[in-house]
Amino acid sequence: MTVGTAVSTVLDRDGLDALITLLAEDGRTVIGPTVRDQAIVLAEIGSGADLPYGWGVELEAGHYRLRSRADGAAFAHSAGPQSWKTYLHPQRERQWTADLTADGDMEVREETSPPPSYAFIGVRPCDLRAIAIQDRVLGGGPHADTRYAARRRQAFVVAVECTEPGATCFCVSMGTGPAVGPGYDLALTEVVDGRGHRFLARVGSPEGEAVLARLPHVPADEETAGTARRLVEEAAARMGRTMPEVDLRELMRETLDAERWNDVTARCLTCGNCTMACPTCFCTTVEDVTDLTGEHAERWRRWESCFDVDFTHLSSGPVRASPLSRYRQWLTHKVGTWHDQFDSTGCVGCGRCIVWCPVGIDITEEAHALDAERAAASGDGEVER
Amino acid sequence: MTVLAPGAAPALPPSPYRVVGRRLETSDTATIELEPVRSGLAPFSPGQFAMVYGFGVGDIPLSVSRIEGDRLTHTIRSVGAVSSRLASLEGGASVGVRGPFGTGWDLTAAMGRDLLIVAGGLGLAPLRPLITAALTAPERYGRVNVLIGARSPGDLLYADEAERWRAADARVLVTVDRPDDTWRGDVGVVTGLLNRAEFDPGATAAFLCGPEVMMRATARDLARRGIAADRTQVSLERTMHCGTGHCGHCQLGPLLLCRDGPVVRWDHAEPLLAVREL
Repeated sequence: MTVGTAVSTVLDRDGLDALITLLAEDGRTVIGPTVRDQAIVLAEIGSGADLPYGWGVELEAGHYRLRSRADGAAFAHSAGPQSWKTYLHPQRERQWTADLTADGDMEVREETSPPPSYAFIGVRPCDLRAIAIQDRVLGGGPHADTRYAARRRQAFVVAVECTEPGATCFCVSMGTGPAVGPGYDLALTEVVDGRGHRFLARVGSPEGEAVLARLPHVPADEETAGTARRLVEEAAARMGRTMPEVDLRELMRETLDAERWNDVTARCLTCGNCTMACPTCFCTTVEDVTDLTGEHAERWRRWESCFDVDFTHLSSGPVRASPLSRYRQWLTHKVGTWHDQFDSTGCVGCGRCIVWCPVGIDITEEAHALDAERAAASGDGEVER
Repeated sequence: MTVLAPGAAPALPPSPYRVVGRRLETSDTATIELEPVRSGLAPFSPGQFAMVYGFGVGDIPLSVSRIEGDRLTHTIRSVGAVSSRLASLEGGASVGVRGPFGTGWDLTAAMGRDLLIVAGGLGLAPLRPLITAALTAPERYGRVNVLIGARSPGDLLYADEAERWRAADARVLVTVDRPDDTWRGDVGVVTGLLNRAEFDPGATAAFLCGPEVMMRATARDLARRGIAADRTQVSLERTMHCGTGHCGHCQLGPLLLCRDGPVVRWDHAEPLLAVREL
């Protein structure tokens, strides 16, 4: 077996079940999609039976519904309310503790509890890219977030290619899917046809190769491999949304004073749902607490949203006081200045921000509107460039 | 599997430091001197900042207002919970320090040039180690001008030090917005002092720190006088929680000011500050 994207093997449902069991037996906390509270959420799963076999989702702006599927597929659903950052970059985390000694000195202890060793089942290509983007933000730069890096280093990633994009998906526009990119240990493509329910498996790392070797599997046949390839190609042609085919970074830079910001701000509730659902949004704030003795202090870090008016608090007041400036910050950062800061876009086209916006604001619609306004202002009246 | 940048330094928890000196500068501003309890952090450059932690209340970004070996000096105005705590600490008290963070003043870009150092209020604090560095190597620079603006005579920082700068041949000019009965000096905004500074606009490097409105007005004035925008550096302020580029609060358009700032060249800062609420 070779490491890489070469087609290698086929697992059946029992094989996938065995994979989950094996990863758990290796001491990993296995996280995967499962049905809970009428949504497909990410949670710890005990066996393949917890996977959402036979469930799909119906997505629209501000709309999410489970739909049963006749084909019994486990991964024919697109992004749910959470992303993998829930585990790799948790909502709330203790960073260090400090104690006052008898002579009044401060003793600081870095958080040393061993990070969980995760196995992620069913990471979508868009989300795999999102993890890579958070790697650059949190694990790159002159300082690394060591807790993030430790969780990330240990994580075993089973990616699943996308064969059923949602109406809010636009990974093709962002170049992140529906075919899987680099960064996985194992990649699966689910195939359900007259010959049965099976998963084409490819190896992306030595760890992945070692795990796959311990599972019941058969060499991939031409037909399964061909069907898998065709399903992914067809998915690429069924994207529900697109981004304008322009340089989005330039579009954001050139439309900072666009009229469209007023339009979207009239709808935006500045609730921050988009930032919580986004798989790359990384912003945090800190909380410092003491116990009742006053001699033990803790530093906690938790997610925060750039939609919060206190996000830019200075002694002179907030820098971004108006809702307009806060929505503009989110969008221009996501697809524009993220490039300047971290050398990539911050958007992977997963569509979560569209689905989980309570008023259905659509990032792709806003980008198209900004592009149209810029084109109209430049006098050519053409949206296409 | 993962791809993390090789050689990235970890974002460590704070190192314990002890307050070894405190001086009240004005009614609401104090300078504290810190020494490491064990080993000191990496050396700071003028213009860089530390995240200083008051036990149990939190940490804030503070520029270094003097650098002497391992000893860090910070000048702090009491405006919030953390700054009030830190500004009130007496000798022997413990604090935590992280850093050094951010870009410092680029003094090498000023070699052979006249220096125009313009401070508004507390903005003199991050400029003080720059002034010291320039005056200790006078052969490297032309004339050194230090222009200081403050709200009132009582808000002036480091008054005795200004005398030492004058003695070291710096041209030190001071103005206040609100004079009192004893004030015999200039009154008005700091740009009003520019006519009396001595510099050759074609061969000058400018360093500005103060309220954003003051830096904008000064930088524009300097540009009109012929100092190229890329020869002016400003020190910008935004909310900061981490200092390490992870919390996202200090963004100014493409910049993460804890990493790409706080010292930014005016030709980079001007278009960003021109956008309201960016």
